Amino acid sequence: MSPRRTETGGRIDRLRTIRFTFDGATYTGHAGDTLASALLANGVTLFGRSFKYHRPRGLLAAGVEEPNALVTVLRGEVREPNIAATMVEIYDGLVAVSQNRTPSLAWDIGAINQLGGKILSAGFYYKTFMGPVIGPLKGTRFWMFCEHFIRRAAGLGKAGTAPDPSRYERMNAFCDVLVVGSGPAGLMAAKAAADQGARVILADLEANFGGSANWSGETIDGMPAADWAQRTVGQLAGNDNVRLLPRTTVWGYYDGNTLAALERVTDHKEVAAKGEPRQRYWAIRAGTVVLATGSFERPLVFPGNDRPGVMLAHAAERYANEYGVLPGQRIALFTNNDSAYRSALALKKAGAAIVAIIDVRGDVSNEMRKLASEAEAELLAGHAVVATEGGKALTGLNAQRFDATSGALSGDERSIHADSLLMSGGWSPTIHLASQAGAKAEWDPARQAFLPPKPTQRWIGAGAFTGSFSTVEAIAEGRAAGLQAAGGSAPLASLPFVEAAPGDPDPAPVFEIKAKGKSFVDFQHDVTAEDVRLAHREGFVSVEHLKRYTTLGMATDQGKNSNVPGLAIMAEALGKPIPEVGTTRFRPPYTAVSIGSLAAERFGDLKPERLTPMHDWHIANGARMYSAGLWYRPMIYGLPGETVEQAYVREARATRESAGIVDVSTLGKIAVQGPDAAEFLDRVYTNMFSTLAVGKARYGLMLREDGLAFDDGTTWRLGEQEFLMTTTTANAGKVMQHLEYFLDVIWPELKVTVTSVTDEWAGAAIGGPNARAILASCVTGTAVDNTTLPFMGIVHGRIAGVPVMICRLSFSGEMAFEVYSGAGYGTRVWEALIEAGKPFGLVTYGLEALGTMRIEKGHVTGAEIDGRTTARDLHLDWMLSKKKPFIGSAMMDREGLIASDRLQLVGVVALDNRPLNGGGHVVEALDEANPHDSLGHITACCYSPALGKYIALALVKGGKARHGTRAFVSDPLRNRFGPIEIVSNHFYDPDGSRMHG
Amino acid sequence: MLITCPYCGPRDVIEFTYQGDGNRERPQPASQDLDAWTAYVYDRLNPAGDHNEIWQHSGGCRAHLRVVRNTLTHEIRSTTFARGGHKAEGRS
Amino acid sequence: MAEYSAFSLLKNALTGNKDWKPAWRKPDPKASYDVIVIGGGGHGLSTAYYLAKEHGITNVAVLEKGWLGSGNVGRNTTAVRSNYLLPQNTRFYEHSMKLWENLSHDLNYNVMFSQRGCLNLAHTPAQLDDYARRGNAMRHLGVDAELMSVDQIKRLVPALDVSGSARFPVLGGLMQRRAGSARHDAVAWGYARGADRRGVDIIENCEVTGFLRDGGRITGVSTTRGEIRARKVALAVAGSTGRVMQLAGISHMPIESHVLQAFVSESLKPIIDTILTFGMGHFYISQSDKGGLVYGGDLDGYNSYAQRGSLPIVDEVMSEMLALFPGLARVRMLRSWGGLCDMTMDGSPIITTGPLPGMYLNCGWCYGGFKATPASGWCFAYTIAKDEPHEFNAPFTLDRFYRGLVIDDKGQGATPRLH
Repeated sequence: MSPRRTETGGRIDRLRTIRFTFDGATYTGHAGDTLASALLANGVTLFGRSFKYHRPRGLLAAGVEEPNALVTVLRGEVREPNIAATMVEIYDGLVAVSQNRTPSLAWDIGAINQLGGKILSAGFYYKTFMGPVIGPLKGTRFWMFCEHFIRRAAGLGKAGTAPDPSRYERMNAFCDVLVVGSGPAGLMAAKAAADQGARVILADLEANFGGSANWSGETIDGMPAADWAQRTVGQLAGNDNVRLLPRTTVWGYYDGNTLAALERVTDHKEVAAKGEPRQRYWAIRAGTVVLATGSFERPLVFPGNDRPGVMLAHAAERYANEYGVLPGQRIALFTNNDSAYRSALALKKAGAAIVAIIDVRGDVSNEMRKLASEAEAELLAGHAVVATEGGKALTGLNAQRFDATSGALSGDERSIHADSLLMSGGWSPTIHLASQAGAKAEWDPARQAFLPPKPTQRWIGAGAFTGSFSTVEAIAEGRAAGLQAAGGSAPLASLPFVEAAPGDPDPAPVFEIKAKGKSFVDFQHDVTAEDVRLAHREGFVSVEHLKRYTTLGMATDQGKNSNVPGLAIMAEALGKPIPEVGTTRFRPPYTAVSIGSLAAERFGDLKPERLTPMHDWHIANGARMYSAGLWYRPMIYGLPGETVEQAYVREARATRESAGIVDVSTLGKIAVQGPDAAEFLDRVYTNMFSTLAVGKARYGLMLREDGLAFDDGTTWRLGEQEFLMTTTTANAGKVMQHLEYFLDVIWPELKVTVTSVTDEWAGAAIGGPNARAILASCVTGTAVDNTTLPFMGIVHGRIAGVPVMICRLSFSGEMAFEVYSGAGYGTRVWEALIEAGKPFGLVTYGLEALGTMRIEKGHVTGAEIDGRTTARDLHLDWMLSKKKPFIGSAMMDREGLIASDRLQLVGVVALDNRPLNGGGHVVEALDEANPHDSLGHITACCYSPALGKYIALALVKGGKARHGTRAFVSDPLRNRFGPIEIVSNHFYDPDGSRMHG
Repeated sequence: MLITCPYCGPRDVIEFTYQGDGNRERPQPASQDLDAWTAYVYDRLNPAGDHNEIWQHSGGCRAHLRVVRNTLTHEIRSTTFARGGHKAEGRS
Repeated sequence: MAEYSAFSLLKNALTGNKDWKPAWRKPDPKASYDVIVIGGGGHGLSTAYYLAKEHGITNVAVLEKGWLGSGNVGRNTTAVRSNYLLPQNTRFYEHSMKLWENLSHDLNYNVMFSQRGCLNLAHTPAQLDDYARRGNAMRHLGVDAELMSVDQIKRLVPALDVSGSARFPVLGGLMQRRAGSARHDAVAWGYARGADRRGVDIIENCEVTGFLRDGGRITGVSTTRGEIRARKVALAVAGSTGRVMQLAGISHMPIESHVLQAFVSESLKPIIDTILTFGMGHFYISQSDKGGLVYGGDLDGYNSYAQRGSLPIVDEVMSEMLALFPGLARVRMLRSWGGLCDMTMDGSPIITTGPLPGMYLNCGWCYGGFKATPASGWCFAYTIAKDEPHEFNAPFTLDRFYRGLVIDDKGQGATPRLH
């Protein structure tokens, strides 16, 4: 038996021994232990080092608010830093290491910072490190030099870089009543709501339901409270309408009564069962929430209050009653309220000697005096602790007479030998979730605590959360809240009967003992009472300034221990009541939440992949794929040994010489149907569509409302009231929403429906001098000659037995056809076309060759329609109808949009016969050392097999006027400079004779 | 935040696309009044309180909704189709 | 007032730190001033500072409805950069960058500006070209920019997943090395202290409740601490612009107020030594000197004054984070908050005289206001002092929307949530 383990008691299973390591040393504990309780049982007193001064620290708490004992848990290469040892359930093979110490916890070189104590006061960094004004360390250099070392000294645990192999899972849940917290109040609420038939979720962040019932030592309905809790949980577990979520922290209260919770599913297991995620993220939409989240005990602020061995009183009670561990053999308590007396008695019963109870109050009630004598403790009423002794463990303390009203100390210091000092500075309700839900907490001068605000969302409070600290009240409020939440009425059955130690819930308003030495307010961040007073002297007096200037409350416990004491010290310095200093608004999360759990299923799978119907064929036939938004598209179909340039040049050349085929399934496709479809398109496009004949297609341009170019594409008239609109791949979704908005909001009188059919059609564009012959050889049911299928004509036929729709239109500048078939038959049609093309040397081509041919033709895409260009900039003003208004027509002629110095589309030829780069700039005068006066930039570039030159499209100031002039490409980022000629964007076959055939 | 779509019922905000101030009036298509067009395209009512706005249920039925929502509390007062017609009870 | 230095720290430490004086006074408002600046955030305070420092105008009051720096200056992810596409923006933010580079000296207050660089990751060849266009545009204006290869990026940020197997593989990036981050609160406090010592009255807990007028002219404000008159009244209230303009009778502005969430992880040993942005979504991350990862993503996407975010954006941001850093799944998010962003119709700010006589307007910072703090105040002070804009803020007029002279760096048009 380890030195501090009691013989009996607690929830641990003494028959099951578990082995684990901490900082390389092997320890044993029992099933049910936390890392904190197991180490404590092994006599460990030193758990961590503080952030700033690297002071040795022990356990302060037993729960989620622990600020000192932070560890990193290792699972192979995977690290989980900054976990409170109090929240780690031990399992066989657990490996944990301490943090923020070099080389070891016992010998930490960082402790040298303590020597600089007074200099390293609040605001230290703001007042120095500015460095010299001149010389090599001017500007930011001196600070950055110093910062390099500061950063390495700062930081708690070390994050891993190995990918986490765990799975995280998200659940969306709905319930009538969500009960947060499973102490007596939460259990009663869940039971009452469940009995009414409501769908109930009960969540508790601890492994065991029961909350304070598990350690209070009270009696409920004649049985130990812990047994009563287990019985109640058992009753709840039998109900189909109840879901019990242990190890589940409700951490966020969002709009619409949506709550976020984190369930630690397998963190406590050596090996996860098959299919179990590591953690589960619950998004819970609750009809009503019962907040039964309890309260936190506050530390007292006095010199040496951070020494290992100084602990919160209730935490010691938990260790004794829940885990069968005593924090010490000779225990002293220091309190400003009655609750510590119960703790004293519990520890006495568990086997410790209570050497003294030091109470700041002079007038301790007879009931408490009786408890003190039951604990065989010497009661020092009207006293305070003014110093503690010891190194890595407490050896003793000094107490002195204290006047609670004036705060004055008097008389001689008295030395008390103790190996554990327990403190209680009163209790603060855990109001975080209520505060997150939107309202401001209110200070209660009797309770000396912030009580929950009036609900702004649908929640009901119960128990210690509301400031009702007794179990009797918790049980009554819990049942009432559960009933109200479930919409039920008061039952006849009587409430469970509680036998509890007496106690006044109101503490003395004493937060700090002012004596010589460092008194800590925020333990992890080493913020002392003097730091708070320094902030006051320098004018940082509002609560937010106090936090930000001193870093009080910014540590991993987020002020759960330090918030109220810090405010109290500031209030005293200001001579104002606490609420006038301000209240902190709590924000999510209540406790830190793993990023993996929030990503859930999207960890490793960020976005869906969109694949065209012919995707597998492309892969099987050597395509190198290119990511375009969510889509994957063939970039080239490279032959062995070919470079990208060689491949696309071959593909483009073969297309212009014979024929090529490309997958265009990604183009956006929208069915526009209805009696007013033509009228609608006239309003949407800059050009006319009502005049388009059935069976013909037309190229269209859309503007935004502000008159700038939006999107382009061809739209096909399939019937009098039916059009098929195509959009660019990138803008498919945006155009759809644009059309829907106008139909729903602006022109509801138009009888038109729009339907996205992008995924219904597979598309292949086949172009080149032999394209028609290839089609003719495989299409049945229609002719494809010039009369039947003229330029921009549409026919219906079959390929390989599959119905297809063919439109003769061209992006490549060749005689070309787009062949659409049902998506499920895309590959079949594609393969039939490939087969038919074999005799003609048909090539498949990818986006690079597609881009090359469009650059040669001077067509625009998203690189030119970039949201900043107008139709005129792109020489598309011929498409702006003067016969009708259209979206953008009223705004497109504003002075800034017709200025002569705007960027306009031009063609560019490299005169040095070297490749150009997209994003290179164009200048009149080359200055490689100090580039300046950019005229514009290259939007797209390629080697043109048709011209035998490196060419590009560019947007250049006053572009059209520069045709035929020389300029330079200036691309300092890629060190590409050289002469160019600015020409028309129509490089190739400008009169279109090839595509008109 | 939950928005109650008159077709689909209460749905999470993630299903919706915000289309902004619902008080804007588009000038007649042929209007050449640049002040009116500028006001329509660029100016917004931006109240701290109840706001009449347009949302699209883009991850659902794709209808546009006129929603009165409080910009201080995110409470939703009412939801109707932008085209008029059915009215859904507001739920926050 | 004692200068801040290593020596003064030592001296004060020896006397128990009892002699430090308030960083700024807490005066009562006077009956009138030459200039009233509404808004005690970064921009308002820097405006007052430069009014005093550059233009000798010291009879100035800064009115703050809450505590100084309670707005976005204390609720942002502290990135400072001038890596814009359009020259109007680049020139302005580069002026800001130059002020940042000497700010700690200028203010005698260490704002901890650390030029650890800002790297925009590119994930497609087209995006790399886009970034090259932007980087080259910067270089042609004398601003530093370079493209980084995948190997260089891997060396700079070893924790980043640069494997080709990522859903959006990293193909390269655009780096501005002079970019960096600063201690946000220190900027507000440093400007406040600097303005205060030059005679500016900083008046906290003083909310403007209306405007005083003489005919059409603004002649002062009524506040929760009484009426205060001034020859010139300047607004620098960012997310509250709509509310304050309403008090002046102007109900419509080219602005929507949106909420933007930001997040901090628990403190970690150094792992990310630059500012990093994801190219296939909206995500950016850096690590503070205290070790917390500071990161954020897209706007929630609807008008809000609640300073409270929604859950879907939280999930989205964390998912994007792990797409870049799959090793950080067990790191934990410690804090989140919501800032109020005054989103304009083109994503660029407004710094101008007017729109009413006697009024001056500074707003529309979208989510980029922190880095602008020095130049915004500098240009606004110039505009207030001279009654005309400096060339750096001349493009940022209110009438640019009417005239078609928008400055749309992202090319998204009049949809504020997309800027």
